[in-house]
Amino acid sequence: MVSLNSYLILGAMLFSIGAVGVFTQRNALIIYMCIELMLNAVNLTLVAFSRFLNNLDGHVFVFMIMTVAAAEAAVGLSIIISLFRNKPTVNVDDINLSKG
Amino acid sequence: MEQVMSTINLSAIYPEIILTCFSLLILLMQSFSTPRFKEYYGYVSLVGVLAALAFVVMEPSSFFAQTVVYSFNDMWVVDNYARFFKLIFLLGTGLTILISMKYLEDEAMQYGEYFALILFATIGMMIMASAGELITLFLGLELMSLSLYVLAGYTRVRMVSNEAALKYFILGSFATGFLLYGIALIYGSTGTTSIRAVAASVGKYGLYSPGLVMGMAMLVVAFGFKAALVPFHMWTPDVYEGAPAPITAFMSAGPKAAAFAAFARVFMEGLPALQMEWTWLIWIMAALTMTIGNVIALVQDNIKRMLAYSSIAHAGYVLVAFLAAGELGISSVLYYLLTYTFMNIGAFAIITALSGRGEPRVFVRDYQGLGFQHPFAAVAMSLFLFSLAGIPPTGGFMGKFYIFSAAVKEGYIGLAVIGVVNSVVSVYYYLRVTVAMYMEEPSSVREAEAAAPIFSPALVIAIFISAYGVLSLGLFPSSYVAIVKQSFLALQ
Amino acid sequence: MSEYIHVLIMLVLAAATAGGMLVATSLIGPKKSFIDKMEPFECGESPIVSPKLRFSVKFYLVALFFVIFDIEAVYAYPWAVLFKELGLFGFIEMMIFLTILAIGLIYVWRRGALEWDR
Repeated sequence: MVSLNSYLILGAMLFSIGAVGVFTQRNALIIYMCIELMLNAVNLTLVAFSRFLNNLDGHVFVFMIMTVAAAEAAVGLSIIISLFRNKPTVNVDDINLSKG
Repeated sequence: MEQVMSTINLSAIYPEIILTCFSLLILLMQSFSTPRFKEYYGYVSLVGVLAALAFVVMEPSSFFAQTVVYSFNDMWVVDNYARFFKLIFLLGTGLTILISMKYLEDEAMQYGEYFALILFATIGMMIMASAGELITLFLGLELMSLSLYVLAGYTRVRMVSNEAALKYFILGSFATGFLLYGIALIYGSTGTTSIRAVAASVGKYGLYSPGLVMGMAMLVVAFGFKAALVPFHMWTPDVYEGAPAPITAFMSAGPKAAAFAAFARVFMEGLPALQMEWTWLIWIMAALTMTIGNVIALVQDNIKRMLAYSSIAHAGYVLVAFLAAGELGISSVLYYLLTYTFMNIGAFAIITALSGRGEPRVFVRDYQGLGFQHPFAAVAMSLFLFSLAGIPPTGGFMGKFYIFSAAVKEGYIGLAVIGVVNSVVSVYYYLRVTVAMYMEEPSSVREAEAAAPIFSPALVIAIFISAYGVLSLGLFPSSYVAIVKQSFLALQ
Repeated sequence: MSEYIHVLIMLVLAAATAGGMLVATSLIGPKKSFIDKMEPFECGESPIVSPKLRFSVKFYLVALFFVIFDIEAVYAYPWAVLFKELGLFGFIEMMIFLTILAIGLIYVWRRGALEWDR
């Protein structure tokens, strides 16, 4: 049987990859995918805890996170599309008007 | 079966139900829209806000009855602390709707979605204030955030607005990731997501679970992002500058207060046993937030951007009171957030009136000579800026007075000194605008005609309400203090 | 063993529905043959094009609507499993949930987001 620690370490690694990606990637869509990776790392952690604690709260939470992630995907992609209509780029370095 | 039924008390969520109905009504109105409807979305949502306000005060029992109602298996708490925050949110929402109507007409963007989204965001904030469970808190936070991402990019033909939405979205979802990971770690360490049960478990089994401390740190990061605390503030200026002016007003009042509401609920009710760990963290954040916010605000020429940094600084003052905790500390948090709602939305009401279509006039130089051309706007703006600077006899002064006396009483004298020094520094940039309004001639480039503020009756009402709030909070604080004390939650 | 009879009935019903549709369309529907129709079906896109070609943004829009309205199944499923225990109360709650979703659908439809050519 796989131990709880293995799941937690995998979850922490996925979360870190996502978090680092948000700062190093320049493409808005890839940044968004990194954020999704972070959320899924959390889902993995929650399910693992839920399984090892014999407690269903974690599973319920994962359902909620999945729903919210879907809504977030809709909002995020709409924002990127609406930006793309004004300026055909998804590179975040090209999108930097306000400075000060 | 019996158990499921017995723990549900629907009257505890009447305000939220009412707001939901109204926002859905507006969506349906927009779906079957005729051009004639577009004037009414704002009024319909105002009716919704007022109805919800009435229910917040009256249901499930009178505000002054001091009852605490738990519902939905402890997932939902209605105490006076939550209710006071809901009053702040609804007040902010109502004022925002009042200043939005004319703005949308000028931008030719009178769609029902705008008001529906504002109401959705308000429902999210109210859920955050009443959450007795980390899952509920997360859902409220996301409902608020997702609505705000869209609202920040509402004027979608403007590139800056799109940019604001994208930045807000990316950094906001990033913070959400941290919030969730923090909650997951706390769940793993304590086996529960109920805030009260977390407190019980931490109290019983002690604190030195590394998961718990990590989880707490991640929650600090997440709430820091949402409340725009240094060092997690970098999105604030860009988003506040790019978003439509009424939405900037809305974001700086309600969502910030909501973040503090949830922050205090989780840390003081859920994790008081870890106080030793988070006190020094918040001490440093409070000092940095006040200082960096004020120092960078000194050099801003764009008023929206200046008020963004000023809102960061004000979050720092609130954090000082938060740290002082206790009855005095929490009461002054509530008092200050109420005052801040009035003064900041009031200032943004003037900015909205002056900005013009597409918001070209949001710089300090655009305010030169305003005092002679439009005395009403200039007097109101000066009042709000004085209050933001903390000059008596305004509400801002009393708010800061309560905060710093709470800090001194709890022994955070160093922090109180930093705070007072910062208030003095902040006077410079607030007064700069006042000086421009009264002591400088209109710049030759700009025609006096072009700067005419566009006032509508709704906008004037919003300015009067805000001005009344600022003055009465400053002149007659005792009645407000009584209400605030009623709202103090025995968080320990 | 007898509890698996439900599964069997379900299987038969599903097979009958799918088969019935195939048979009915081949009997009733008009039959025209042209080149485009004989190509492999790729959800409306031509299967052999330059890989640099961009998809129309409309595909994303439809996909987003699908994701949002599909995710409700996550909640419908546990409700269906516990339908008897939750009783009338659960039923009413679910109907409220579905009404809110339906209002969202009405909104999407009336705002013209479901029209392909707009």
